[in-house]
Amino acid sequence: MFYIHCPYCGEHREEEEFHPKGQAHIARPEDPAACSDEEWGDYLFFRDNPRGIHHELWVHAVGCRKFFNVTRNTVTYEILETYKMGEQPSITAEYSDGRPAQDAADQASLREGVRA
Amino acid sequence: MQRYSGFGLVKHALSHHENWQRQWRNPTPKKAYDVIIVGGGGHGLATAYYLAKEHGIKNVAVIEKGWLGGGNTARNTTIVRSNYLWDEAAALYEHSMKLWEGLSQDLNYNVMFSQRGVMNLGHTLQDMRDIQRRVNANRLNGIDSEVITPERIKELVPVIDTSKNARYPILGASWQSRAGVARHDAVAWGFARAADAHGVDILQQTEVTGFKIRDGRAYGVHTNLGDVEAKTIGCVAAGNSGVLAKMAGIKLPLESHPLQALVSEPLKPVLDTVVMSNHVHGYISQSDKGDLVIGAGIDGYNGYGQRGSYSTVEHTLQAIVEMFPIFSRVRMNRQWGGIVDTCPDACPILSKTKVKGLFFNCGWGTGGFKATPGSGHVFAASLAKGEMHPIAAPFSIDRFNTGALVDEHGAAGVAH
Ligand SMILES: Cc1cc2nc3c(=O)[nH]c(=O)nc-3n(C[C@H](O)[C@H](O)[C@H](O)COP(=O)(O)OP(=O)(O)OC[C@H]3O[C@@H](n4cnc5c(N)ncnc54)[C@H](O)[C@@H]3O)c2cc1C
Ligand SMILES: [Zn+2]
Repeated sequence: MFYIHCPYCGEHREEEEFHPKGQAHIARPEDPAACSDEEWGDYLFFRDNPRGIHHELWVHAVGCRKFFNVTRNTVTYEILETYKMGEQPSITAEYSDGRPAQDAADQASLREGVRA
Repeated sequence: MQRYSGFGLVKHALSHHENWQRQWRNPTPKKAYDVIIVGGGGHGLATAYYLAKEHGIKNVAVIEKGWLGGGNTARNTTIVRSNYLWDEAAALYEHSMKLWEGLSQDLNYNVMFSQRGVMNLGHTLQDMRDIQRRVNANRLNGIDSEVITPERIKELVPVIDTSKNARYPILGASWQSRAGVARHDAVAWGFARAADAHGVDILQQTEVTGFKIRDGRAYGVHTNLGDVEAKTIGCVAAGNSGVLAKMAGIKLPLESHPLQALVSEPLKPVLDTVVMSNHVHGYISQSDKGDLVIGAGIDGYNGYGQRGSYSTVEHTLQAIVEMFPIFSRVRMNRQWGGIVDTCPDACPILSKTKVKGLFFNCGWGTGGFKATPGSGHVFAASLAKGEMHPIAAPFSIDRFNTGALVDEHGAAGVAH
């Protein structure tokens, strides 16, 4: 059972008030008609599905009904932060310059999340 | 391999059952194989078995990070059926069903395949229209399937509530009498023993941690026990497929979710078929041991923890008690979860990848146990020839870019 902090209501509530809606920060292409099949298929269907830090959308379905973002560890299920739509995560599995946290020294932080 | 038989049982009784042969070896890895299978679940082991048996490719390693059947293969609720809607999926699952029907003999291993029938209930007019459509499609594909009435349902399952007073009255069902259940861990063990007898090396406690790729071609894997080489590599890793794909620089259209099941205390025989309901969202059968085997939907969030959330258990049991008020005071004994790799169109991926020699067999999500022999059979043929078998071909990764999806959300139903 998760207790999730809704950044709009400002309260911790039980998981059952919320619905997960998949990976966050996926921008709809500006001009869908101009997309190649490759780009459009990737946008619709292909996901990161990481084992570890994941940024995901949730909706406070029986609360304020607003969508918001959650950074969560998909192995331990620990919720590291929740933040409003349009905001960026402060904890990521990559460094802010986009370099993946990959070498040996980064392994631990990859699991725990890198504070950007 | 020492064959199992009634006579053998008597013979071994004379030596107090102390001289049974080990079912498979525990070999040290060779430096190189013709084919490497990553993942020692049912699908991976079946692939290795058919590679050896049908294609004469016996220099094969199955690399498994845990133990055989420790993944979804022995965590599922064992439902086997083939009544899928679309031609492509029906061909795949019916191919598998035909193999199930001779599997215990073929493997010389009792997989306890029991064709006790599966019904999918309809509770709304739309449910019934979908059921009729699917049953018609099944029959056109030569798959046994019929629509049955609430009276017939009550005959088959006397303890079900078909009264009009139910919150969601049962209006009918689809019924496949050749469908049923099998013993899941026996499926893993039976394929492992038969593959091993052909010379396949099964390497347990060995985790693939990366791929050896040169000029866009795979030629081996890194493992915690060192490197192993092969020019053909098949990844059959269910919930962890995305993690493996990432090691090879490939992205898959998959999400990994926890899916759970639970069993009750053992009861006297009360339910001799399988009942599933998409609408109230639960399904149930009774094992030979007597426990009720219950399951339902995935937990909605991505997760790699092999456990499920309590709210999903509650929701599932509400559905069961809605259909079977008689079970309201049965106590539950055990609950567990597996990680299922769900695909956007509820169909699997059997595919080449942009890395030459590297193939994936995944995306079976909540319903791949039933496909174990068929999936292994067509995947083995694809690995042997380097070209996808005609039954596997429609399930290429490319379909998510071309748009040729095979939408089985209706027939995939409640999670299997
Ligand atoms: C609760 C539950 C109920 C289900 N009910 C049904 C049902 O009733 N009917 C049905 O048809 N299907 C059902 N399913 C789905 C079915 O279990 C799966 O689709 C099927 O078993 C997948 O088989 P597999 O061999 O591909 O996967 P698995 O058995 O999961 O095998 C994959 C193996 O790969 C190994 N692996 C992963 N990563 C690595 C690595 N890096 N290196 C080495 N090895 C690795 C894993 O340890 C694992 O053993 C259910 C699933 C669950 C969880
Ligand atoms: Zn809220």
